Amino acid sequence: MDAIILQILNGLDKGSAYALIALGLTLIFGTLGVVNFAHGALFMIGAFCAVTLSKILNLSFETIDPTKTDFLGNPLKVKTPYVMEWFGPETGAAIIDWAVPLAILFSIPIMIAVGFIMERGLIKHFYKRAHADQILVTFGLAIVLQEVVKYFFGANPIPTGAPDAFKGSFDFGVLLGYDPNVIIYPYWRMVYFFFAALVIGGVFAFLQFTTFGMVVRAGMADRETVGLLGINIDKRFTIMFGIAAAVAGIAGVMYAPINSPNYHMGMDFLVLSFVVVVVGGMGSLPGAVLAGFLLGILESFASMNQIKSLIPGIDQIIIYVVAIIILLTRPRGLMGRKGVMEE
Amino acid sequence: MSKTTMTRRGVLKTGAVAGAGVALPTIFTASSAAAYTNEPTGSSVTLGFNVPQTGPYADEGADELRAYELAVEHLNGGGDGGMMNTFSSKALSGNGILGKKVEFVTGDTQTKSDAARASAKSMIEKDGAVMITGGSSSGVAIAVQGLCQEAGVIFMAGLTHSNDTTGKDKKANGFRHFFNGYMSGAALAPVLKNLYGTDRNAYHLTADYTWGWTQEESIAAATEAMGWKTVNKVRTPLAATDFSSYIAPVLNSGADVLVLNHYGGNMVNSLTNAVQFGLRDKVVNGKNFEIVVPLYSRLMAKGAGENVKGIHGSTNWHWSLQDDASKAFVKSFGTKYGFPPSQAAHTVYCQTLLYADACERAGTFNPCGVVEALEGFEFDGLGNGPTLYRAEDHQCFKDVLVVRGKENPTSEFDLLEVVEVTPAAQVTYAPDHPMFAGGNLGTCNPGA
Amino acid sequence: MLGLNKKDTSLMIVVAILALFAPFILNPFPEGSAMAQFNAGYPDLMQRFVIFGIFAIGFNILFGLTGYLSFGHAAFLGIGSYSVVWMYKLLDYNVIWGLPLAIITSGLFALLIGYVSLRRSGIYFSILTLAFAQMSFNLAYSVLTPITNGETGLQVYTDDAQVLLGANEATSPHLFGIVMNSSAKLDLGPWSFTFNNGYYFCAIILLLVFYLAIRIFRSPFGMMLRAIKSNQTRLNYTGLNPRPYALAAFVISGMYAGLAGGLMAAMDPLAGAERMQWTASGEVVLMTILGGTGTLIGPVLGAGFIKYFENIFSKINDNILHQWFAFLPDGLEDFVVFIIHPFIGKGWHLTLGILFMLVVIFLPGGLVEGGQRIKRALSRKKDADAAKTEPAE
Repeated sequence: MDAIILQILNGLDKGSAYALIALGLTLIFGTLGVVNFAHGALFMIGAFCAVTLSKILNLSFETIDPTKTDFLGNPLKVKTPYVMEWFGPETGAAIIDWAVPLAILFSIPIMIAVGFIMERGLIKHFYKRAHADQILVTFGLAIVLQEVVKYFFGANPIPTGAPDAFKGSFDFGVLLGYDPNVIIYPYWRMVYFFFAALVIGGVFAFLQFTTFGMVVRAGMADRETVGLLGINIDKRFTIMFGIAAAVAGIAGVMYAPINSPNYHMGMDFLVLSFVVVVVGGMGSLPGAVLAGFLLGILESFASMNQIKSLIPGIDQIIIYVVAIIILLTRPRGLMGRKGVMEE
Repeated sequence: MSKTTMTRRGVLKTGAVAGAGVALPTIFTASSAAAYTNEPTGSSVTLGFNVPQTGPYADEGADELRAYELAVEHLNGGGDGGMMNTFSSKALSGNGILGKKVEFVTGDTQTKSDAARASAKSMIEKDGAVMITGGSSSGVAIAVQGLCQEAGVIFMAGLTHSNDTTGKDKKANGFRHFFNGYMSGAALAPVLKNLYGTDRNAYHLTADYTWGWTQEESIAAATEAMGWKTVNKVRTPLAATDFSSYIAPVLNSGADVLVLNHYGGNMVNSLTNAVQFGLRDKVVNGKNFEIVVPLYSRLMAKGAGENVKGIHGSTNWHWSLQDDASKAFVKSFGTKYGFPPSQAAHTVYCQTLLYADACERAGTFNPCGVVEALEGFEFDGLGNGPTLYRAEDHQCFKDVLVVRGKENPTSEFDLLEVVEVTPAAQVTYAPDHPMFAGGNLGTCNPGA
Repeated sequence: MLGLNKKDTSLMIVVAILALFAPFILNPFPEGSAMAQFNAGYPDLMQRFVIFGIFAIGFNILFGLTGYLSFGHAAFLGIGSYSVVWMYKLLDYNVIWGLPLAIITSGLFALLIGYVSLRRSGIYFSILTLAFAQMSFNLAYSVLTPITNGETGLQVYTDDAQVLLGANEATSPHLFGIVMNSSAKLDLGPWSFTFNNGYYFCAIILLLVFYLAIRIFRSPFGMMLRAIKSNQTRLNYTGLNPRPYALAAFVISGMYAGLAGGLMAAMDPLAGAERMQWTASGEVVLMTILGGTGTLIGPVLGAGFIKYFENIFSKINDNILHQWFAFLPDGLEDFVVFIIHPFIGKGWHLTLGILFMLVVIFLPGGLVEGGQRIKRALSRKKDADAAKTEPAE
């Protein structure tokens, strides 16, 4: 039982990452109808916003410490971050420590700008083109973005830690009457889960309860009619694209402490996020979120030793097995709308 | 399309006719005319440096490439000579190899066997490389080693740690300087015994492919021999990025040591996740919970950041070693590039020097001559102490370093500290050891 | 000729000439010259051009004609390779056993996967094929290692059965004694041309399957496939069930992929699991779109384009750049090298990404459209010339 609770926690955590990425993708792909292979790259850029901010905060000046030597035997240059110099060592260290949460504020405008530029500069011209062309152009864009990041940050993962306050793990088991250390879960992963829930809730509320959201939803259903009513749907779609980019971006920022960001992390998530969106059903936001959590939880269960010993290698293929079963039993995924990307 | 090629052909035809006029009679050479594949006939010899330049190991590949360029510079008499001055064999004199200037071509393995073979083939077929070297994974090393055996050129393996490279997949034309999974186990076990005692329960997380399995087998065997129990061996998918669902059950399994048989991105993530779960702060069975990463690399340790502190592992070489050879290499590399070399850089630099030296001593680039010169070759002065290139399996036997993540690093390169230098004798095994059984070296192939 | 109309006959002839004279066409620069870096006329790359050409032609029969976008075709490539290598291990190095088997096994797998996946259309179909291929890859890399040899790739060991292996038989792939990796060299002055058995073997197969593809494109069956693409609903209303046709196209293209995979193993006796990864499936999609979806020659051009950059650009390093620009003054030389540096060697992905975007933005029909535009521009000029010169005749 404890193992199952543990994997449900894991599943919720994984699922929240999948759901967040899929949510952004489905805004672009499921609703604007653009096959966006660059979505993973947006997630990656988000994570690198965190890396960049932490690098900026760590910008240092060098002083020479004659008592120590570096690897070539020269006097050691000691680096002190400017932040520590300006705000004093303690406040400075605290600011550096909180780089990731700060990066959320830093990343939202950047990601929205990236989204706008992408949509206005490139994607706009591809709404009417074949899906194949959209794949080629966004895949090309993804490679370019990824290589640019690699050029500046290298190929290795870059450690970007969570604030010290969130280090360590919380003992759930004790609350439920188990022995200590049976069910523990890291604080930051719990933060990620609640954060994801907040963002998902925010996006839904925005689309459900604002006039803007209403128009966008109407535009998804029937773009031409909305256009005929004299509403500038293009502008709203641009904004939607910006929002989708921001959602992907902050998902990346918050993910940075969980796994050190590297330049190809977007590609690692790309296939998975498409699977999640399609399993959820094209054109359905709740579907994408639901599918994200479902696949996350099932993936966690599949990695349990008891199940692995029953079916060897099941954790390698569980996502795909589930995808196939769902798509064969439900023609348009969990909650797909008729006629979206079915031709 | 057809238009452009037609004009190209037009140009070509005229060119070909003119060329034929100059070079009469037209020579049709079957490739078997040479004594061996890509026999260098001019004033230079071409080596092929095949390293990952894209994909997750690109930084490691870049560091290998730096070391290769340094080695070529030294072989051609440039720079300060680096480890050529400390190398026990004095056959090399800084005028290239056998009087021929050393030139090189580079390629991208993409850390995929197919791409690595394509790249190596282009070096052999197009650029006339007489030796191929490099790589950052065992799958690639074994694939390229097989290719070199078929093509009749020498393969000097780069970073490859699987027992199979010089075990079941060993080839007469292939040589490995890097250490392997068995050696990691043999070197780590005594250190772990001293640190953590003989009554421990280990839980293995293993990357689910051949390298991971050979390392898991090696470490489990070595630790079980000193009394540890293995609680569980869990395979993790190669593509996994989040290891939480594999790490969560560890604490409740009765294990008090976690062994991470992962490398590269997998290792960075699994270690980060394990520390995130707070495993290191826990007490199980009355003992502190410990994590071991059997194969360490400084570049990867950097990716895991603070999480490596106090965690033990093994490595082939580290820049903080204080012998003359290591110091000479660090000085010459550090002066040129501004930071210390990685173990990948060190092993490929050694491989290049060893190859060049073997050619000099054999008096030929013929792979069979080189193989003969390298087999059973004993040397010193390349940073690992006295070393033997064993004839039976073409594996180097040398000291292995046990290292630990440093608690108080003084710079961004100062991440690991050497805990113990395990002498070569302790990590030596019989050529027919069961973990290495099933292979056949075959005979050297000069190609052509 | 051979049941082809005039236009197709001339296309076939052009392809045949290109394929047979490729060793000349791809080696336009003299050996040892600075431009020799751009020569692609060495056996391995020529073989790859042709093999991936076959792969893309087959993919295009499905995607170009029916519009079904499969994201899992690499699975068949891998299955073809494994079939051939297993025949090496069990029988002997003669490729005559493995290649037909590669086509048959990949055809069977395609039948199975296609039958299931074609129950859905559009993106749902794509994801189903992707799921099957990724499952194959993940299993081949780990659990199925006894069959596939996992990470290392399946290869032949000296202790394999090889029951048909004769005493004097070649120990590398061959066709009744014609050894694939042996070549003849022709030196013409500074030029050097390589004629490789394996390449010509592949090229002949390419011509055969290209001919087959033309026939399929022009057949009533091909018309039916196009009908599926343009309006499946209408097809349903006319009382025709499109699914058997789509399935037939899927199986044919799967067999093309299997043949390509088999040829890869026939040129180089190793089958790696990465051949089945989604990136490999994605690559053939890119090749087809880049070259021109639904055209006959486009996919081959796309395949050549991508493979050329992968193999040629990744090998250019700073040293070579310095040699090229050595004629410039030192400061300027360094500057030029600095500018070009990010795009070559380890930056070849970047170059490829930029080119993908440029092609799709400026040539909506892919490389074929580029060719057509050039042709049109030339012919217009020629017409003008012709008009001008007429009076003189």
